[in-house]
Amino acid sequence: MKSLKPITRIAVAVVALALICTYFVPLWQILMWAPQYPEGLEMKIWHNTLSGEVRTISALNHYIGMRTIEVGMFPEFGYIQYIIGFLIGFGLITAVVNKRVMLISFLMFILATGLGALIDFYIWGYDYGHNLNPEAPIKIEGMSYQPPLIGTKQLLNFTAFSGPDIGGWIFIVSAGVLIGFLIYEWKKNK
Amino acid sequence: MKSVNKMIAFLALAGAIVAVNSCKPKGPQDAVVGNAAEKVYVAPGKYDEFYNIVSGGFNGQMSVYGIPSGRLFRIIPVFSQFPENGYGFSEETKPMLMTSHGFVPWDDLHHIALSETKGEHDGRWAFANGNNTPRVARVSLKTFKTEEILELPNSGGNHSSPFITENSEYIVAGTRFSVPVGDNRDVPISSYKQNFKGTISFIKIDPTTGRMNIGFQLKTPGVDFDLSRAGKGPSHGWFFFSCYNTEQAYTLLEQNATQKDKDFIMAVNWKKAEEYIAQGKGEKVKAKYAHNMLNESTHTASSEMMTEVLQLDPTVLKDIIYFIPCPKSPHGCDTDPSGEYIVASGKLAALIPVFSFTKIQKAIADKDFEGEYAGIPVIKYESALHGEVKKPGLGPLHTEFDEKGNAYTSFFVSSEIVKWNVKSLEVLDRVPTYYSIGHLCVPGGPTAKPHGKYVIAYNKITKDRYLPTGPELTQSAQLYDISGDKMQLLLDFPTTGEPHYAEAIPASLVMPNSTKIFKIEENNHPYAAKGEKEAKVERKGNEVHVYMTAIRSHLVPDNIEGIKLGDVVYFHVTNLEQDWDVPHGFAIKGAANAEILIMPGETQTLKWTPDEVGVSPFYCTDFCSALHQEMQGYARVSAAGSNIPLKFSTGVIAEEAKSSPK
Repeated sequence: MKSLKPITRIAVAVVALALICTYFVPLWQILMWAPQYPEGLEMKIWHNTLSGEVRTISALNHYIGMRTIEVGMFPEFGYIQYIIGFLIGFGLITAVVNKRVMLISFLMFILATGLGALIDFYIWGYDYGHNLNPEAPIKIEGMSYQPPLIGTKQLLNFTAFSGPDIGGWIFIVSAGVLIGFLIYEWKKNK
Repeated sequence: MKSVNKMIAFLALAGAIVAVNSCKPKGPQDAVVGNAAEKVYVAPGKYDEFYNIVSGGFNGQMSVYGIPSGRLFRIIPVFSQFPENGYGFSEETKPMLMTSHGFVPWDDLHHIALSETKGEHDGRWAFANGNNTPRVARVSLKTFKTEEILELPNSGGNHSSPFITENSEYIVAGTRFSVPVGDNRDVPISSYKQNFKGTISFIKIDPTTGRMNIGFQLKTPGVDFDLSRAGKGPSHGWFFFSCYNTEQAYTLLEQNATQKDKDFIMAVNWKKAEEYIAQGKGEKVKAKYAHNMLNESTHTASSEMMTEVLQLDPTVLKDIIYFIPCPKSPHGCDTDPSGEYIVASGKLAALIPVFSFTKIQKAIADKDFEGEYAGIPVIKYESALHGEVKKPGLGPLHTEFDEKGNAYTSFFVSSEIVKWNVKSLEVLDRVPTYYSIGHLCVPGGPTAKPHGKYVIAYNKITKDRYLPTGPELTQSAQLYDISGDKMQLLLDFPTTGEPHYAEAIPASLVMPNSTKIFKIEENNHPYAAKGEKEAKVERKGNEVHVYMTAIRSHLVPDNIEGIKLGDVVYFHVTNLEQDWDVPHGFAIKGAANAEILIMPGETQTLKWTPDEVGVSPFYCTDFCSALHQEMQGYARVSAAGSNIPLKFSTGVIAEEAKSSPK
């Protein structure tokens, strides 16, 4: 069982503590622009809620038969906090226990969390974009309105963008830092 | 020989024609030179540099223009009903137009005063006067809505108003028409000298809410008060009013009120008045006047009838007011940015006297008086005078100031703006206006820190400036660049109503605070439906209250039955949108008032008294969305004795209607 360099232990601890910030900032964002919305509409996804012009987005979506977006519909908001809590705890234990295998596990947990979140987001997006009210005022043959997973997509008059917000970037940078230090550990201590 | 004579006669005639034509004034098209178009061009998507808040005169409204483009952005209803958005027609706004005479849905809005802090614009409120049924109003520069109207007792017409002090302590109101006051007002008109009195009201402004109340009223001799300005800097604590008709004429004023060589500027020491009040001086007298306030959380105005006012008699309480002789029928009375100079414009005078505040103070200290007028000391003209602007033009009216020590005076008769130096009194430049300018406006011109850059002429005569529209024409304004030594005409722009005074304020002081929506959570209207689940119809005797919601693109409820002839129906429409620039409107066939326009998060009420049995359509009047034309509904009205139950719905399709039509 190989142990870690002191600098790596510090980095792991910093990453674990940085994840605390994700409780206080949005994780993901969806932005929308249209000719009559030059200022844009935004929806921010937090660990436990949604913010931004959710009501307005829902009001507009009713024309194409999408369901109203409400916080209560997403059970995820009830348990994401525990997942993040687990990651923070595991990171701190890794720094204390000082074993490479723990570092690898920590990284894997973070990557798995990210991947899981993306899959979950995709499923929700698919569901919202495809399960439309058959009596909607606007129906276009063959058209679905699934938001982009990452990047931009044109949905009728709206250009929609989906991407990480501050919290999401913290996760991405954390994973990057851990990968970097893992490579460093491998090189220094084969 | 004959042919030579003929030739000479012909040449003489031709010469005369040329001479006559070259003597004619140059056409207006010749007046614009240089890069004027470039200076007023505000590219698409760009913003104007200044908001121009302009009085509407006889339309009773305030309008908002952009400067330098001259584009009209909005008309804010103040003293007049406005069918465009339901102001004065909706149940919420009717109380705003209440007076001691009942509901008065029109007034003559003459002057604007923007709120100030330390002598500078602070971008909070615009005040305005109603000249006819004496009132003052406060408009929020966040919502651009009229928030408050205060009636003035013991006044026959409010013209020298609402001018403001440098920290918005007070706005003022002076009677244009003196009238009999007190208990016995049934007196012969010819008893003007004995029975007619003027009043000057000092209206206190609450520094945080802007709420107005009459601090005190000064009783004055019966004359006509015309215009006024607060002192500033060293003269803060004083107010200056122009007055005419010191002859105390009550008929054919054109002749009988223009006989004296000099009328007066009245200097008021309002700090002294405050001292007397602190000592318990002054008399509370009975009065009846309306005070109307908009409650922002209920979106509803209420009207309260006030019963007394505190009056001070300056003939008894000395040192509050002094008269300064001023040639001849003075109109404008303007203090310069330093607060030292008071420029008075005698409409019929061939010069402009400029008074010095320092000299006025010295004359008062030295009791340098030429006598008394109706018990008030009259300071010697020469003792108060800084100097006279000689031969400036004909018919001087108003003066504004720039940041470089220059004054700009409007001349009605000679139809021009004249630029002159306040200290040296030297005339520096003059430009024609089209035609017969009244008020003028330099951005920040009445403040201690003018922004300068432009002067705007608001003219009284339009004639040939625009495509004609029959006998009734638009009003004409001109924009001039004053950044250089010479004034340069940049732009003609039409204005609505009949603008009198206007102020211009940098967009940066107003634009960031502009309200976009009202928060639905903060809507405390008693009949608000804050969601479609709260929409309902209730009967209270013969009143039917419809709690209706509007959101793109449907009304809830949109089917209402069980209304009977003899009922009075109130549609309380709440706009559920929380999105910028998505108002909904509401109108129903046969309603004897107007539409209502409801801003996002707001509730407004339209009263409807059905007068026939049948089904009346109602609909959204503001093109809100792609399915706006679908935003409609029906109200069924049954006979008076019918037993159709009250019911309402949206989106419910009855069983019998489900089979397709044959």
